Amino acid sequence: MIAGALRDIVIVGAGQGGFQAAASLRQEGFTGSVTLIGTEADLPYQRPPLSKAFLKSGNADQLWLRRADFYEKNAITLVPDCRVNRIDRDNSTVYAGDRRFRYDHLILATGCRNARPPIQGLERALDLRTLSDARRLRTAAARARRCAVIGGGFIGLEFAAVAAGLGLDVIVAEQASRLMARAVSPEISARFADKHRGLNVDIRVGKSAAAIDDAGLHLADGSTVAADLVLLAAGVVPNAELAAEAGLIVENGIVVDEQLRTSDPNISALGDCAAFPMHDRGFRVRLESVQAATDHARHIARRLTKGDAGPYSAVPWFWSDQADWKLQIAGFAQPDDESEMLEDGSVLRFSGARLTAVETINAPKLHMKARRLFAETPAPTRAEALARLDVEERRRMAAGA
Amino acid sequence: MVQITFVQPDGNRTTIDAAIGDSVMQTALANGVDGIFAECGGAMMCATCHCYVDEAWAGRTGKREDGEEDMLECAASEMRETSRLSCQLKVSQDIDGLVVHLPEEQA
Ligand SMILES: Cc1cc2nc3c(=O)[nH]c(=O)nc-3n(C[C@H](O)[C@H](O)[C@H](O)COP(=O)(O)OP(=O)(O)OC[C@H]3O[C@@H](n4cnc5c(N)ncnc54)[C@H](O)[C@@H]3O)c2cc1C
Ligand code: FES
Repeated sequence: MIAGALRDIVIVGAGQGGFQAAASLRQEGFTGSVTLIGTEADLPYQRPPLSKAFLKSGNADQLWLRRADFYEKNAITLVPDCRVNRIDRDNSTVYAGDRRFRYDHLILATGCRNARPPIQGLERALDLRTLSDARRLRTAAARARRCAVIGGGFIGLEFAAVAAGLGLDVIVAEQASRLMARAVSPEISARFADKHRGLNVDIRVGKSAAAIDDAGLHLADGSTVAADLVLLAAGVVPNAELAAEAGLIVENGIVVDEQLRTSDPNISALGDCAAFPMHDRGFRVRLESVQAATDHARHIARRLTKGDAGPYSAVPWFWSDQADWKLQIAGFAQPDDESEMLEDGSVLRFSGARLTAVETINAPKLHMKARRLFAETPAPTRAEALARLDVEERRRMAAGA
Repeated sequence: MVQITFVQPDGNRTTIDAAIGDSVMQTALANGVDGIFAECGGAMMCATCHCYVDEAWAGRTGKREDGEEDMLECAASEMRETSRLSCQLKVSQDIDGLVVHLPEEQA
């Protein structure tokens, strides 16, 4: 696909990645039309502050990715409040009710939505995915005294830390045996469990939610947690139905190749909704992170304008702010990768001899060193990791030598 | 309000009234200044808010934050003595009149 052949690019989903794709297409010099369609009524905004600064301040002015005039200035046609409900691949057209948008290339950036586990009375629980969710949650938190959080992942824990800071009683019920189990090592899970207990958050692992009613949250073990606010933060499901119904391959997200193309070469997918091959690792993942959304978007924009952008190989990174702790993750580890804790509490993850991720808390220097290591060394060995990350020096310092 | 001037790589200058307490990055985004991307929203994770503080202001904008230097080394345009992450530069009375130069590339 070369630039000359493409006139109209349509992007479905006006979140972090959809916005970035539109912006990057213009930065790369694409001169055709760019249409950015999204279900939400607000200007495209960032989600991370919704469970952090925004929960405290309620100030939405700091959330917008760009002001309204950016879209005009860059000839990006923003179509808010519009849900695309069908892709007609034969006619290269997407439909939203009776509105239709023709494309030469289509980019799916539909993100994900909260998973809704079978819990009785679940409609009483609040969500935290969108700005309108966050507004509702702030209002409810201002009136609440006791919060129960279903799910001890990043979003549930970030909320718990803010709520505890506001003086609310908070309990977190996590079904797995440890916090953030999908994403971090057991050592980091344990450090965060201690941290939250120190904030007076009641952390209960291995507990699944069964029902919600006036009394609060009932757990599957028969116990009841009194709560006047219940937050559902038990993971997400990718918004991939649109793609599946159009006959694209979907498997825990919209399946893309190393060029981030779906099974139809005229359609790309990115960010939270895309299952992409982890470069040089032999498996596919779906990442929910600002990094994946923006790096995917840039890669697709380069491919569409320059013809080829090589295989996607950006180094994954992630952060989460919980009270005064900033967790940073460089690289990508699978849940059963081995872990090795350093003196300062940082954790190196390994798959066999290969370093896969570095997890740090309030150690931004080490985090950045790790990102550079991954960027410069395709498959760092244990020895390379220890040398490049100055582990020996840190050990000597820790030993007071 | 204090004034901050952004200078594009082509020499184009824009002067903005900035609100005290905002970061220089937020000032740029809120006023539609091109050349600051700020993909991580100020979490010091992305280095797409890189700027060069004008020589005349050297030493007057405070020290880099812990980890900022390592982040700057990963920026798309070269790091110089005057490099800062604009999300870590807070607007205060002390920097009224600040001039920052934007790099060629942010990502
Ligand atoms: C509360 C919260 C905190 C977070 N904190 C962090 C953090 O600290 N660090 C980090 O790295 N990441 C964080 N994330 C994750 C990060 O925000 C996401 O990974 C990122 O937004 C993904 O971008 P995306 O474009 O793939 O999806 P989204 O930003 O979710 O955008 C998808 C958009 O598509 C729209 N859409 C869906 N279907 C359709 C349709 N059929 N038609 C039209 N539009 C449609 C949706 O309404 C949505 O607006 C957080 C997320 C949340 C919710
Ligand atoms: S906005 Fe990301 S580092 Fe400044």
